[in-house]
Amino acid sequence: MACNGDGCQSTCYKDEQPCSKPTESPNPSNNICIKCKLNDAVSGYGGVDDGRFCADCFRSNLFGKFRLAVTSNAMITPTDKVLVAFSGGPSSRVALQFVHDMQERAQKNFDASRDRSLPVFGVGVVFIDESAILSIPSGEMEEAVEVISSVVSSLAPPTKELHIVPIENVYSSDSSDGKEKLIKLVGSVSDPTGREDMLLYLRMLALQKVASEFGYNRLVLGSCVSRIASHVISATVKGQGYSLPADIQYVDARWEIPIVLPLRDCFAQEINMFCHLDGLKTFRLSTGPCSTINSLVSSFVALLQEENPSRESTIVRTAGKLIPFQFNRIPEIVDGKVPLATRRRQKRYNLKPNDSVSSESFCLLCNSPLDKSEIVDASNADNSRSSDIFYSACCSSCHFQILPSDSISMEQFYMDLPQSVLSRAKQANNGNLSLLR
Amino acid sequence: MEEEKKRQRGVRLCCLCNEQRASLKRPKTLEHICRDCFYRVFEDEIHDVILSNNLFSPGDRVAIGASGGKDSTVLAYVLSKLNKTHNYGLDLFLLSVDEGITGYRDDSLLTVHRNQIQYGLPLKVISYEELYGWTMDNIVKMIGLKNNCTFCGVFRRQALDRGAALLKVDKVVTGHNADDIAETVLLNILRGDIARLSRCTSIITGEDSPIPRCKPFKYTYEKEIVMYAYFKKLDYFSTECIYSPNAYRGFAREFIKDLERIRPRAILDIIQSGENFRISATTKMPEQGTCERCGYISSQKWCKACVLLDGLNRGLPKLGIGRSRGSIDGCKDRNEKNGGKSIESKQCGTLDF
Repeated sequence: MACNGDGCQSTCYKDEQPCSKPTESPNPSNNICIKCKLNDAVSGYGGVDDGRFCADCFRSNLFGKFRLAVTSNAMITPTDKVLVAFSGGPSSRVALQFVHDMQERAQKNFDASRDRSLPVFGVGVVFIDESAILSIPSGEMEEAVEVISSVVSSLAPPTKELHIVPIENVYSSDSSDGKEKLIKLVGSVSDPTGREDMLLYLRMLALQKVASEFGYNRLVLGSCVSRIASHVISATVKGQGYSLPADIQYVDARWEIPIVLPLRDCFAQEINMFCHLDGLKTFRLSTGPCSTINSLVSSFVALLQEENPSRESTIVRTAGKLIPFQFNRIPEIVDGKVPLATRRRQKRYNLKPNDSVSSESFCLLCNSPLDKSEIVDASNADNSRSSDIFYSACCSSCHFQILPSDSISMEQFYMDLPQSVLSRAKQANNGNLSLLR
Repeated sequence: MEEEKKRQRGVRLCCLCNEQRASLKRPKTLEHICRDCFYRVFEDEIHDVILSNNLFSPGDRVAIGASGGKDSTVLAYVLSKLNKTHNYGLDLFLLSVDEGITGYRDDSLLTVHRNQIQYGLPLKVISYEELYGWTMDNIVKMIGLKNNCTFCGVFRRQALDRGAALLKVDKVVTGHNADDIAETVLLNILRGDIARLSRCTSIITGEDSPIPRCKPFKYTYEKEIVMYAYFKKLDYFSTECIYSPNAYRGFAREFIKDLERIRPRAILDIIQSGENFRISATTKMPEQGTCERCGYISSQKWCKACVLLDGLNRGLPKLGIGRSRGSIDGCKDRNEKNGGKSIESKQCGTLDF
């Protein structure tokens, strides 16, 4: 194809089209899809490809991006059981749809194959109900749950298990005051941006807990280019330049259940268009307006994207040149027990051993890898309180925007943290001690 | 008791010295402090930056890039003050570039001439006319108000280096402040300029070149510089360049101001992020060489200034504008297309170099 580059896109095709095929197109201002050259192109999905494909080619193009991300990073293999985090928004809705499409194809292949050696991967869906800490108008949550249930049940078999989990589930089930502790914990964060980020970490804990309890081994998030571009800028603004590369790769295996981002190459506008074309039902819970760094950054990035349709991908590409961490790949299965099916399906052609940074220390709160200057020597802290030890093992960004600065409030904050955070802290401490010996 | 009374009457004491009345809210920390404490912390911070980064050694000849704007005026004032109080042992010079812009640079140069007398620093003015044979007025006459800032920016950078060589100085200091550097970090991310992203936060640049440049105001907020100049009643020039009156307001600059409003620390955090970025070794970086024509550092065969100058002299001023390879009409000026609003602000050195 001659006009692949974005530089000449505006000149060659549009100019030549009216004179070469004036009769075929009923509407001269409408273009014909450059891929199939049969149907009228649709526009409105932004990016450099806007207005070049017809609806079908657009769909298959978007799915192609998803599938390439999945296969080239070994995100989903036949023996896996993946959990799709569904918020009700367009991105996670499309992620769910694509995972479903992929599963359906796998099922067809399975039914048609003679030896049935490739099992079909399992899919589950999780929705975290955050009404305990967000002021969501009454009735909206019930409606949302209804929509989610109907979405999941309307997907063709194999059936997908749906988990609707309240955020206070991060506290162990035997403690009855989980919800109160949670409200107190979040309420003690005074910085609005910090509170938003704290909620993000708690949500991740809740997702991880569900995934681990029900035996999933992958967690699929619907983060798209636009979302990642905003994250790049907001992490930069919060001084997280060191840990930033960890969050924006296809795979993030620093958690117990590795996280995968198969929509990392898809734009928000494309995703919205897909939902529009296929009539996928999405919703957005109304939460109060807030002026945080995160919201300021997203409106800034949206403004830039309007001005230049490739701005978001430039941001992500730039950040992609920062060195990722060792955990930014699906861990290799080292022992000989690799299921044959997995071995047959693993296309790791993109997993060249490029340079990466190994990091042993993580912030106890947000789990971001710590820079050398942020790692404090815990060995001389023997006689101090555990809340102080916890404080000193967090990243500087959490210090500033989340953790209370005085020792007494810090102790209260520490008491209100979920058990899973505290056990991670203890593990990290023991790890440090055993390293010293 | 007395303190309590004062507070009841609405008088707040400086939270640093606890003696004088607080008369300002420090932009960087939002502390209420008195004027004297503000002067002290402002100067001490710059002193600490100079010491901890080993910016100077005793006996250095140092040129201050002086445009007459607020940043460079405060820099000249503070640096000569610190040099005296802390015995840096520096020989300070003012170095100005005369772009040849009537109604703008001639006026701002008058300010620099006054500063020369006020601070007792020798001044060297180097002009585009003597270096290149062109003034900006003539360039604009030839090419119009489109892309003129490209010429000015490229020529200024080289002019400053050549002026510094004439003065035989060891270092050049410029008035880039924390806001400028934070803005540059963001712009380099937005543009995808990984090579500049990796070096834009260093406090000293060009250490391998004969005359390194450094930025003592790397951690100094623009708001505090303005405040300092205002309270000290320093004599500075604050008119915008007549050839790019709107260049100052850019998306990125506005964004940084918005961030600062929510969280003053954000500016320092952006700089810290910039310092902590680890860039993959496999990323292609442009090679640094020298210009075959004038010997100035360049990644291409000819340096940008020579390419632009050659175009001017041959009557083809569009030569060298836009992307290096590719046709000229292919590269439409993005600024034009969007009604003059661009993502960057200080393409032109309206304030400093």
